[in-house]
Amino acid sequence: MNMVNQTSMDDKRVTQYAQSRQEPKWLLEKRLDALSQIEELALPQLEKTNINNWNFTKFDAFKEEEAITALQELPSEFSAFVFDQETANVVVQKNASSVFQQFDPQIADKGVIFSDLHTALREHEELVKSYMMSSKMKRDEHKLAAIHQALFNGGVFLYVPKNVELTIPFQSLFYGQGKDAAILPYIMIVTEENARVEFIANFVADKSDEVAMHNGMIDVFVGSNANVRVSTMNNLNQTAVDVLYRRSYVGRDGQLEWITSELSDGRIISDNTTHLVEDGGTVNVKAVILGAGETRSNITTNIRHWGKHTNSDIHARSVMKDAATNILNSITKIEKDASKSDGQQTGKVLMLNPKARGDANPILLIDENDVTAGHAASVGRVDPLQMYYLMSRGVSKEQAEKLIIYGFLDAVISDIPSEALQKRIHEVIEGKFQS
Amino acid sequence: MANKPNLKIKDLHVAIDEKEILKGVNLEINGGEIHAIMGPNGTGKSTLASALMGHPRYEVSKGEALLDQADLLDMDVDERARAGLFLAMQYPSEVSGVTNSDFLRSAINAKRDEGNEISLMKFIREMDKKMELLEMDEKFATRYLNEGFSGGEKKRNEILQLMMLNPRIAILDEIDSGLDIDALKVVAAGVNAMRGDEFGALIITHYQRLLNYIKPDFVHVFMQGRIVKSGGPELAERLEAEGYDWVKEELGIEDETVGQQG
Ligand SMILES: Nc1ncnc2c1ncn2[C@@H]1O[C@H](COP(=O)(O)OP(=O)(O)OP(=O)(O)O)[C@@H](O)[C@H]1O
Ligand SMILES: [Mg+2]
Repeated sequence: MNMVNQTSMDDKRVTQYAQSRQEPKWLLEKRLDALSQIEELALPQLEKTNINNWNFTKFDAFKEEEAITALQELPSEFSAFVFDQETANVVVQKNASSVFQQFDPQIADKGVIFSDLHTALREHEELVKSYMMSSKMKRDEHKLAAIHQALFNGGVFLYVPKNVELTIPFQSLFYGQGKDAAILPYIMIVTEENARVEFIANFVADKSDEVAMHNGMIDVFVGSNANVRVSTMNNLNQTAVDVLYRRSYVGRDGQLEWITSELSDGRIISDNTTHLVEDGGTVNVKAVILGAGETRSNITTNIRHWGKHTNSDIHARSVMKDAATNILNSITKIEKDASKSDGQQTGKVLMLNPKARGDANPILLIDENDVTAGHAASVGRVDPLQMYYLMSRGVSKEQAEKLIIYGFLDAVISDIPSEALQKRIHEVIEGKFQS
Repeated sequence: MANKPNLKIKDLHVAIDEKEILKGVNLEINGGEIHAIMGPNGTGKSTLASALMGHPRYEVSKGEALLDQADLLDMDVDERARAGLFLAMQYPSEVSGVTNSDFLRSAINAKRDEGNEISLMKFIREMDKKMELLEMDEKFATRYLNEGFSGGEKKRNEILQLMMLNPRIAILDEIDSGLDIDALKVVAAGVNAMRGDEFGALIITHYQRLLNYIKPDFVHVFMQGRIVKSGGPELAERLEAEGYDWVKEELGIEDETVGQQG
């Protein structure tokens, strides 16, 4: 079966790619082991979304690309995702090749490591290996995890040592280009005690392109009392399947913030799981989802409270236009003994057209008595009286709709600390309203 | 020469959910004129205002409404606004996440051509000036549109929009309800500042008091879904003093509401 997918899912090609990147042997073994399991593993079980007919296997994972020497050489639709370009610490990956990186040597002097994953593997093998081995994403969890393990085609490694606090965000851009192209980045963010860092990842393709696949994985390790913010922006084309699994571990008194923008046009599986493993950890998740056309998305935020005095807050807002569908799941689980913890969730879906569909599923699972938790969820349509009111001041129907949508999403977007990122999200949303 | 606006309403019939509420309204408003409509509750005053603006639930079953000779009823809500009609609503909507100033700027620009948008500086200057005149705290510029506004604050905000948008014909539906006496003066001053040959207004109110501050040229009494009596400012004074019974008696009306049957 699946003759076409043999292009990438082939021992020889995987080995060839790994060797071309001088990957260590243990890693190649992990790849080949995962590769052998793909066939038999089942797809992940997703709440209310049938993914059986989605294309997870037909793509070319190993499209090689030429390096560039300056960000200006990027097509403008992609370079727009990188801000403060002169001074940016940034890694750019196109298809299966890391094509550009820039990193302030003064920051490197502090012991910070920031590079594409393969460079990090060559220069800091033991460090990278130890975190790869402790990743809680089980590679036999399901077919998509195994595909990623077998075929990941790049990524980023960011390491911030103890007591190093960085104020300038680290950026990354992963873009696919060309028919059947695929990006499968493996991103690892590691912070030690008292570190502070912000990381931004963009997964994009031109909207008229025929990129087939993004299957990405982000592991975040938040050290004790460390402060980490990670923003993801997914904006892939209509024919792409966009899969992103995020797994985070927050240490004692650590703080993690997620800002996720799910703006792809095709099929989307977004899973964001955080384990508050030790006492006093906090995670805040802010999610913006905009679906247009025939987009299908399953967005799941999953929080596990293990430590005492742990706090979590999920705030997701989703707008579905045209015939787009979104399943928005929020799961907060407070384990036994995670006393004095607090878990909050808000999930709201706004549907613009009669054919648009949304479903917000808030789930609180609590195994400990001494905790607080709450959730709010709503699914609704644009209020015709609001439209009437706005239009009665002369704004067009389209403009009125846009104001209502921006207003609805603003509850999340206005909380995003980076103005550049806010602006970028607005620009992408704006683009969805131009036919 | 002044370009005087003209609103002409001829034999307007309006239904909501198949129930006829307006039963033949005739009215003409020209630039420079202030008309007042008074009438008991439930007689169709707001229905008239909403139908003219194009409220989605109201259906015009018969009649005409022309603004500067153009067929209002044929236009979408936003087109009516851009043609120069404004309605200060009895119950304005709240819109979360959209600031007052962002909204107003969109509304002003909607009337302008692309490339000819109002400059941010000019907009802020105008808005500051008008908010000062309406004694509105500047924080209202950045608050979300009507969200959590008190009744009186909403009314003031409607007048702010009126002043910023500079319509040709404005309908003010109970702009005075819920206002304290000081606010009433401020709002009236705002409306009076608009007066001139290029502006006409229809003021719906229950209280003569407002009309002390905004002197009307014509006063109309509304009952049973239409204008049953018209006169000058003295008519409002008499209504205030004596109520509506004498009008009903004079016209032989028993039930002044729009009634159950059309
Ligand atoms: N959405 C609606 N559904 C059913 N009936 C309605 C609706 N809107 C208005 N009506 C009815 O139409 C009639 C006229 O209402 P309208 O609001 O125009 O009265 P009004 O003269 O403005 O009254 P008030 O002085 O109380 O503001 C009332 O009987 C009212 O109940
Ligand atoms: Mg009324």
